Amino acid sequence: MIARNAGRLLSLALLAAAALVASIALGAADLPPGDVLDVLLGRGSEPARTIVWSLRLPRAILALQVGAALGLAGAAFQALLRNPLAEPYVLGVSGGAAVGAVAAVVLGLSAAAPWSLPIAALAGGLIAIGVVLRIAMHATRGMDTRVLLLAGVVVGAFFNAVILLLLTFASAETFRSAVFWMMGSLAGASWSVALLLGAYLAPAMAALFLMARPLNLLSVGEETALYLGTPVERVKLATYVLASLLVAAGVAVSGIIGFVGLVVPHAVRLMWGSDHQLLLPASVLAGGGFLLAADTVARTAAAPAELPVGVITALVGVPLFIVLLTRRRL
Amino acid sequence: MSGDRATSVFAVRHVRFRYPGAGRPALDGVSFEVAQGALYSLIGPNGSGKSTLLRILLGSLRPDQGSVAYAGKSVTQWNRRAFARQIGVVPQSEEMTFPLTVREMVAMGRYPHLGILGRMSVEDRESVEDALRRCDVTELADRLMSQLSGGERQRALIARALAQRPSTLVLDEPTVSLDIRHEMEIFELLAELSKDDGVTVVLVTHHINLAARYADRLLLLAGGSVAAEGPPEDVLSRETVERVYEWPVMVDRHPGSGWDADAPQVIPLSGDPRQQ
Repeated sequence: MIARNAGRLLSLALLAAAALVASIALGAADLPPGDVLDVLLGRGSEPARTIVWSLRLPRAILALQVGAALGLAGAAFQALLRNPLAEPYVLGVSGGAAVGAVAAVVLGLSAAAPWSLPIAALAGGLIAIGVVLRIAMHATRGMDTRVLLLAGVVVGAFFNAVILLLLTFASAETFRSAVFWMMGSLAGASWSVALLLGAYLAPAMAALFLMARPLNLLSVGEETALYLGTPVERVKLATYVLASLLVAAGVAVSGIIGFVGLVVPHAVRLMWGSDHQLLLPASVLAGGGFLLAADTVARTAAAPAELPVGVITALVGVPLFIVLLTRRRL
Repeated sequence: MSGDRATSVFAVRHVRFRYPGAGRPALDGVSFEVAQGALYSLIGPNGSGKSTLLRILLGSLRPDQGSVAYAGKSVTQWNRRAFARQIGVVPQSEEMTFPLTVREMVAMGRYPHLGILGRMSVEDRESVEDALRRCDVTELADRLMSQLSGGERQRALIARALAQRPSTLVLDEPTVSLDIRHEMEIFELLAELSKDDGVTVVLVTHHINLAARYADRLLLLAGGSVAAEGPPEDVLSRETVERVYEWPVMVDRHPGSGWDADAPQVIPLSGDPRQQ
């Protein structure tokens, strides 16, 4: 059982690695895979090194990180809310982050200092997390996940209204850049962003992995989870906060990229079942690999134009998902 | 509660509980003890407070007044993992949000025993397989829970509780959707666990007659209070049953030749007053 799961995770890791090599090889200037490996091993020509090290690799790393965060957050939210339709953006974090980002664009902050945009988005996301939590927490009875879901949905709707309000008074140019940000893109990648994000994601992901068995129990029911020894309130709170932090950071650096967090956990479940001890790490690897592959297509399919990566994740992800859905158990 | 006799595992004292917003309390002045190794059954009409009392026993609800102790220690002070190593619970029903196989489900019974990495030892695996076998679901082990019939699902839930290797088993109407054979097998299994393995069994059931044959003691709840408590032959008198269930009955003796011969059996009469 453990050996089988390790083999499954290894196969996902190899797929992600293949996507990594492809994403580095493909682009405005195609590099043969041999050259890519040369560069990665510290050899290769100067222009190839520049393309790989300063352009494609940081972007590929960022895609892996964001996809991993979305896949993991989606799986965690689905278990927490006991709702197969849950996805990373359902609880309003993305709405809060978008308000922050759009405000930064509209107020001209991001034009003056580009780094202010992700910071404003992260701040907006954190505010949304706090507001939704405040609504869903009952003084004596703890967190009601049904209230959490409704609170997330209405807070998200409220933030959307704020965004529309901000955009009403924006110039055409500002409007355009705000909407482009919201469609999601990994074009803002750099080593500093990737390293910062990695330092932030790694501990949050590790902590969520420790929730695997409690999440198995929670997805069966809170009372059962309690009777099987789970500190239910602590697990719900930790899962909500950790998964939301992943989403807030992902949205802050890359906007709102849809479908990864919904489709990836379901695809893993349809293939290999619902045990979160496998589902969580598998969603990390599959989410990362899937978003990286989608971003590579988005960069190259209509070059020199770049397609919104969220369009690719939906166009590819949905048919794939439907095939799995009609073929496998539910 | 150090004054409790060492032989009682559950000690319930003057428990009162009211749901927030409800007019009258769901439980009022309930006291009883469950002896170690006993098969103890909670019975009573719909809405008499059986399931509420079970939740209070298990610490998922806190009483407004009174106390509940397990093994001499207040239930609210137990560490939940340690509590789960002692007590296996079979809930009335469970939601199945995502597909799970029977074996995955039963293996959850081992969670309170696992270390932080969650690796299952040989003993853990044996407990799972043993529980599957005892509940007659080994052949179903790789099926999805959602594909099982009501009775099969119920047996899988009992298997999960047995996989915990608990010293006490608490069940909320475990035989509700079972046919005669599977219902009898569950009661036989519970009796065997209690008599042979020394497991204490606390059982909520609507099957008064099976409870009367298999349980050592009955607690009859009515409107949140204890209407009667004691051995079945004391609790199930015609007067008490008619008063609590508000229906004419006669009480006969079980005709079998086994150890449960002469157990009181309640026979509800038709509403026709000429029969009484």
